[in-house]
Amino acid sequence: MGNEPKIFSKNFKWVGTRPVRPDGVDKVTGRAAFGADYQLPGMLAGAVLRSPHAHARIKSIDVSAARALRGVLAVVTAADFPDLPSEVSTGGEAPINFRHVSLNVIARDKVLYEGHAVAAVAATSASIAAEAAALIKVDYEVLPHVIDVLEAMRPDAPVLHADLITNGVEPAPTKASNIAARTGFTLGDTAKGFADADVIVEREFTTAAVHQGYIEPHAVIATMGADGMATIWCSSQGQFMVREFTAKLLGMEISSIRVIPAEIGGGFGGKTTVYLEPLAVALANKSGRPVKLVMSRVEVFKATGPTSGTHVKVKIGARRDGKLVAGEMVLKYQAGAFPGSPATLGGMTGFAPYDIEHASAECWDVVSNRPKCAAYRAPGAPMAAFGVESVLDELAQKLDLCPLELRLKNAAKAGTRALYGPKFPEIGYVETLLAAKAHPHWSAPLGPNQGRGIASGFWFNIGGPSSAAIHINEDGTAEVVTGNPDIGGSRASMAMMAAEVLGIDLAKVKPMIGDTGQIAYSFLTGGSRVTFATGKAVIEAAEATVTELKKRAAKLWKIEAEHVEWRDGQAWCTLADGTDRAPLSLAKIAHSAGKTGGPISGAVSINATGAGAGFGTHLCDVEVDPETGAVKVLRYTAIQDVGRAIHPAYVEGQLQGGAVQGIGWALNEEYIYDDKGRLQNAGFLDYRMPVASDLPMIDTVLVEVPNPGHPFGVRGVGEVPIVPPLAAVANAVSRAAGLRIDALPISPPRLLKAIDGARQA
Amino acid sequence: MAKHHVSTTVNGDQVEFLCETQQTLLDVLRDELELTGTKEGCGTGDCGACSVMLDGRLVCACLVLGVEAEGHSITTIEGVAKGNDLHPIQQQFLDDAALQCGICTPGFIVAAKALLEQNPDPTETEVRFWLAGNLCRCTGYDKIIRAVMNAAAKMREEA
Repeated sequence: MGNEPKIFSKNFKWVGTRPVRPDGVDKVTGRAAFGADYQLPGMLAGAVLRSPHAHARIKSIDVSAARALRGVLAVVTAADFPDLPSEVSTGGEAPINFRHVSLNVIARDKVLYEGHAVAAVAATSASIAAEAAALIKVDYEVLPHVIDVLEAMRPDAPVLHADLITNGVEPAPTKASNIAARTGFTLGDTAKGFADADVIVEREFTTAAVHQGYIEPHAVIATMGADGMATIWCSSQGQFMVREFTAKLLGMEISSIRVIPAEIGGGFGGKTTVYLEPLAVALANKSGRPVKLVMSRVEVFKATGPTSGTHVKVKIGARRDGKLVAGEMVLKYQAGAFPGSPATLGGMTGFAPYDIEHASAECWDVVSNRPKCAAYRAPGAPMAAFGVESVLDELAQKLDLCPLELRLKNAAKAGTRALYGPKFPEIGYVETLLAAKAHPHWSAPLGPNQGRGIASGFWFNIGGPSSAAIHINEDGTAEVVTGNPDIGGSRASMAMMAAEVLGIDLAKVKPMIGDTGQIAYSFLTGGSRVTFATGKAVIEAAEATVTELKKRAAKLWKIEAEHVEWRDGQAWCTLADGTDRAPLSLAKIAHSAGKTGGPISGAVSINATGAGAGFGTHLCDVEVDPETGAVKVLRYTAIQDVGRAIHPAYVEGQLQGGAVQGIGWALNEEYIYDDKGRLQNAGFLDYRMPVASDLPMIDTVLVEVPNPGHPFGVRGVGEVPIVPPLAAVANAVSRAAGLRIDALPISPPRLLKAIDGARQA
Repeated sequence: MAKHHVSTTVNGDQVEFLCETQQTLLDVLRDELELTGTKEGCGTGDCGACSVMLDGRLVCACLVLGVEAEGHSITTIEGVAKGNDLHPIQQQFLDDAALQCGICTPGFIVAAKALLEQNPDPTETEVRFWLAGNLCRCTGYDKIIRAVMNAAAKMREEA
């Protein structure tokens, strides 16, 4: 239901304004409670014992010494959890095999990466818990390991899973390997396309595994009573996800678990699965006490999802006039220890901004002895775009064309068929290019050793199950309850959309995030879906509330509801029968609700469809120091079709934050392993995320091509902005240094080596 | 192991607490005094989420031991507003949308306040370098830097 939207053509009162966010005061005063900020009476502190090896068989685990330590109340290992069968659930954003989730949360027979959880303890203090964890004796048989994606694909590579047979290859292999799956997409006939090309550029690219880097480590508190009822307070991107996954992993019924969402200190996709929650519930169950588990930063780096490091081959052919005629991509993505890299999403997104008649993508999902990758903002897309947008830049140079004009000439429009299947409806990619062309940044002069890069990017954006409820209070104020954690200001946009429909002052509308018992199911906060999909639910709930308000006004006037109109937060009578019926405000109707049928509310649960695809174009100026290889970002402009910005300041914030994460990915960030497969830079000092002094201001341009699938025209905005920066930065460096960049990060030693190599050549 | 008895001043209040030798000031603030506005992002002094003032000096609470608080004066994010009157920096963070998830915000506000107390008219570069010890993964820093510059301007007007 509810998927037949109309574009509101009226002048908005709240949409497009920049009010202070409703949760703002709590967040600037330290009052907001994040995952680790809860305390319960009698609470125990937990600790997790993790594997020191990249790959090893667990021969035995002896917890007796830990259990005997004074102050230790519970120890759990895989033996305390059901041994789940391999079963793929397709309900969510990506297919989930709960056996893999379970084995990732606590290792059973083998450890598959350094940092893999092996046991967990709960004790009366954090220091006792840490001491107890160190007393657990694990007898390991260390096995050969493999870290690199190409090495993991070799026939002689150490195999992580004896039962992993490659999906999607005909005939099916008879032997287990690290190649979990091959997927592919084809449009037209690439051989024919390349035969028509005047120029072909083909290159191989590599990107490093990078972490989402949220500042808040994973944290949970769980209780479990003798009645088998568990309560979980935690920071996640979805309280319903935590409830379902925890129930599955512990063999519990969903109704036996209540999850109360804490404020979330960043996620970027990395908090779309469980790590600690099932352990905390198991410990709470064994000890009969509340248990708190909080990861250290080292644990966050070693045991939670980075995104894939990749190897990507891109070949694009063009005619002399710049018309693209054929494109091919081969993408090999690290999944980490269990299948499920976003390789397929890379294959679907890389060519999406372009109208290319003949195109194909071949995507490989490969396991290796690294932490299981987790979603990271536009999962899989930035790496594919890095390859495609770099090759386009090189094609433009070879054809002596402006790289912006080359993109404009080939830009996807409404009606263009994407490689992954559908034809695009109204999209705003061309508009982002035109905005880039018109921006003073594009024509600003450059100095010596400076270069300018341009790159674009695409993300689908999703909808999905979403619930919202509006409660009208006795005094005419209102609450908007939704089921999605607010990761970057969504409370503000929910309240604004509700106020818009109700026609009342924004200050009278208070948004709330319900726990799993307070609001119906909502899919998690991810896929750039909340302002679009949950926003759509809010609008429908507000419309249902208005319908009810009109009925109540009709009752008070003793007329039929069809004679009542709702405008500016008031009921207006449309009957011209000579009776004087002054408009009834929402507050008046609310006040007399007891006489007209009781409390007034509106609640809806929808499966939102019609998410509008998002496109962005970024411009980046850099200066390269040819003596040190250091790269300084001088100027950056992020341009994006956002459909309709509900709260433009937070939309700009999404563009700025995504761009800077992409800059870090391009220049500094990488997982570095030693020869034993141990992570060498599991901390913020050595895993170098961008800091304030690394950066200029990030200019933004919000292009608004309304999404026909949303009543206000909203498109998701959170993910697109991390897609273009890898290539925007690399293209700028390429032009500044006069050589092509094909490996990320562009760290000073790597760039210096390339510069020196080019000098010698 | 016997705990240590420590007497100190936190946000103007005389407080006493017991702590273990290895507990950091951050652990004590959060777990013993229940002042959870100060956040732990790394525990190694690299992210600035636990920024507090110790006798007027900006420090990472994770790099100070709880016992070292003895006889000193500590100001945390909970002590930045006067009652319910927000500090101009706090107000400016709200007005300029300088936060997204908000986990780094207390540390940024404490650090920015320390800067403006010693340099009421900083350049953008000075603000960027002063705040280089505070990590934010959501905002790309743009709106944070602007909020600090704007707050500085307003505070100069009011001074």
